[in-house]
Amino acid sequence: MALLEVSELEVSFTTSDGVVQAVRGLSFDVDEGRTLAIVGESGSGKSVATQTITGLTRGATVRGTALFRGRDLLAASPSELRRVRGAEIGMIFQDPLSSLHPYYRVGWQIAEMLRAHDRSFSRSKARARAVELLDMVGIPAADTRVDDYPHQFSGGMRQRVMIAMAMALNPALLIADEPTTALDVTVQAQVLNVMRRLQQDFGTAIILITHDLGVVAEMSDEVVVMYAGRAMERAPRRELFYEHHHPYTEGLLASLPEQGGTRERLTPIPGAPPSLIRLPPGCPFAPRCPYAWDTCRHDPPPPLAEVFGDPHHRSACWLSGDREVRRQQRETVRGDLQEPA
Amino acid sequence: MIRFLIRRLALGVVVMWLITVAVFALFFIAPNDVARTLAGRQATPEVVASIQARLGLDQPLWRQYLDFVGNALHGNLGYDYYHGVPVTTIIAAALPITLSLAIGASVIWLLLGVSTGIVSAVKPRSIADRGLTVFALFFYSMPTFLLGLLLLLYLYFYLTLAGYSWFPPGGYVPLSQGVMPWAQHLILPWLTLALVLAATYTRLMRGSMLDVLGEDYIRTARAKGIRESRVIGRHAVRSALTPVVTQFGIDLGQLVGGVVVTETVFSLPGLGKTAIDAIGQQDFPVIIGIVLFASAAVVVANILVDIGYAVLDPRVRLH
Ligand SMILES: Nc1ncnc2c1ncn2[C@@H]1O[C@H](COP(=O)(O)OP(=O)(O)OP(=O)(O)O)[C@@H](O)[C@H]1O
Ligand code: SF4
Ligand SMILES: [Mg+2]
Repeated sequence: MALLEVSELEVSFTTSDGVVQAVRGLSFDVDEGRTLAIVGESGSGKSVATQTITGLTRGATVRGTALFRGRDLLAASPSELRRVRGAEIGMIFQDPLSSLHPYYRVGWQIAEMLRAHDRSFSRSKARARAVELLDMVGIPAADTRVDDYPHQFSGGMRQRVMIAMAMALNPALLIADEPTTALDVTVQAQVLNVMRRLQQDFGTAIILITHDLGVVAEMSDEVVVMYAGRAMERAPRRELFYEHHHPYTEGLLASLPEQGGTRERLTPIPGAPPSLIRLPPGCPFAPRCPYAWDTCRHDPPPPLAEVFGDPHHRSACWLSGDREVRRQQRETVRGDLQEPA
Repeated sequence: MIRFLIRRLALGVVVMWLITVAVFALFFIAPNDVARTLAGRQATPEVVASIQARLGLDQPLWRQYLDFVGNALHGNLGYDYYHGVPVTTIIAAALPITLSLAIGASVIWLLLGVSTGIVSAVKPRSIADRGLTVFALFFYSMPTFLLGLLLLLYLYFYLTLAGYSWFPPGGYVPLSQGVMPWAQHLILPWLTLALVLAATYTRLMRGSMLDVLGEDYIRTARAKGIRESRVIGRHAVRSALTPVVTQFGIDLGQLVGGVVVTETVFSLPGLGKTAIDAIGQQDFPVIIGIVLFASAAVVVANILVDIGYAVLDPRVRLH
C-alpha cells in the first residue's frame, strides 16, 4: 500500500463570481521514500490539492479520499489533522521570507513545533534539538544562528530553516510547494541537495510541486502533470520526458530550452488556461491543443487511462494509447506546427 | 534604535519649546486685564499697577517669557494669580485624577477594541462580527460630550430614579479611600472616553487581523500542527498589534482632548477641568503650566509607544 493515496479529490470554492472548481477529480499516490513531482501552469490547482489534504484549505467544499497510512485525512477531525501536520507530514512553501514569522527567533519557531507535538521536550532540550537541526541542513554556526530572526538570514538559508523545521519530527512525507522558485539558481541547487540528502538519510517521501521541469528531471521518481484542476498525465520520470502521451505534456516540454541548444527559440503553449468557473464541456486543454477534434470539444476524455501498455503510465486524452500510432501523430502535427516558421 | 529614541527626545523638546511660545503669544493677543479683575471694580489705577508689578505683568513680554522658561527649567512653573499657590502643586493635586481617568480609559479602550477586533476577524461575516461592526459604528460617530451626557442621563439619572444608585453623577474619590469607591466614581467617565475611541480600534484590529491571517507565516504555523488558539494568540495577534500601537500613539493627542471634555462633564477636578477653569479666569501660569505638562506627557507617551513598537518587532529593534 502506498504511503499516501489520493483518489477523486475535488475542491471548490464558492465566490461572489461563482463556484471556482480548483481541483476536479485528482488521483495520485506516493510511495514511502519516493519523490512525486506535481507540475503544471500557475492556477492548475497544485497548491490547493496538497493543502487540502493536510487540512490547510479554508472555506472549500471537498470531496474524495486521501488515505495516509491507511487513514482518510479528508474525513479526519481538525485535531487529528493537527497532530498529523508537522509530525507526520512536513511542509515547506515557496517564499521562505514570508513563511517564517518575522517577530520570532528561528530557534523558537522550531522549538515551538517540537513542543507542540512532543510534550517531553523541555525548553532547553527543544533548543538543543533546533541547533542540531539547523546544523543538519547546513547552516553555519548553528548554535548562535539559532537565536537570530528570519530577516537576518539570506533566502537560501531561510529555506534551509524551513526544511529543518519541516523535518524536525522526521515526518514520513514532506510536501514542498515550489521550494526553490524564489531562490537564485545556484542557491536552488544547494537547497535541492539538502532535501535529497535528508530524503536518503531518513527515507522521507516527497511531494515536490514545481513549474520547473529541470527540477523535475533532477529530483523526481514519478510525475503528475496537472491542468485546470485535473491530472493530465502520470508517468515515471523517464517516460514522461521521453515517451509522453499527453499533448499538454508535449507542450510543456517544447517550451523548455533543449539540451545542447540546437533549438534556440522557445515555443510556449499558445493561449491561456480556461476559467475554473466556466469550464469547457470536453477536454479542458482542447482550446489550446494542436490535436483537438470534435470529440475533444464535446466529451471529456476518461481520467488517466493506461497508455503504451504500461500500467504506470496514464494519460487523460482521447489520442491513441498505442505507442506507434501516437508517435506518427506527433510527427504529423509537429511537422504542421513547424512549417510556418 | 537608541539613536532613534534620542532623536525623538530632541524633537519632543523642540515641540515643547514651540508650545510655550505659542501659548504666550495667544494669551497676550487677547487683552489682559487680570490685575483689574483681581483688584476689584473700585480699585485705583495705583492699586492695579502694584498688582501688575507683583505678578510681573509690568515687565516687557520677552522678559516675562525668559523668566518663565528660566524658572521652568528649574522645576518652577510659577504661582497662580489668585491664591499664589505654586502651579506645580496644582498640577500634582490634579494629576492623580487625570491619570486615573486616562490610564483606566486607555486600558478599557485597548482591551475592548483589540478583543472585539479579534473576535470579528476570526469569524468574519458572522453574527458576532456584524453585531460588533454596528456597535463600533454607533460609538464611532458619537461625540465624547454627548456620550458622557447620555451615560449620565441613563445610568445615573434614570437608574437612580428607579431606585438603583449604582453610579454617582461625578466627582472623584482618591484611590487611597478604596479601590471600589474609586472605580465606582470613574466607571462612567472611563466608558465615555473609552467607547468612542475603542470603536476605531475594533475596525482597525479586525482589518489588521484579517490581513495577518492571510500571511504565509500563519499557514506555516498551521502546517506545524500548532493549536488554532495558539496560532491566533501567539502568531497572528502579535503581528496584528503593530498598527494598533501606531494608532495608539497618534490617538494620545485625542485622548487629551477627550480627557478635558470628560472631566468637565463629570466634574472631575483633574488637569483638564483645572485648565478650563484657569482659562475662564485668565490664570496664565496655571494654563501654560498644564499645557506644557500635558505636551510633555504626550511626548513621553509617544516615546513609550515607539519603545513598545520595538518590543513587538525585532526588525525595528535591530536596526
Ligand atoms: N480561497 C480561494 N478562493 C477562491 N479561489 C481559490 C482559493 N484558493 C485558490 N483558488 C483558486 O484555485 C485555483 C488553483 O490555485 P492553486 O494555488 O492551487 O494553483 P497552483 O497550481 O498552486 O498555482 P501556482 O503555480 O501559481 O502556485 C486558482 O485559480 C485560484 O485562484
Ligand atoms: S483529449 Fe483532445 S484536446 Fe484534449 S489533450 Fe487530448 S487531443 Fe488534445
Ligand atoms: Mg501554488
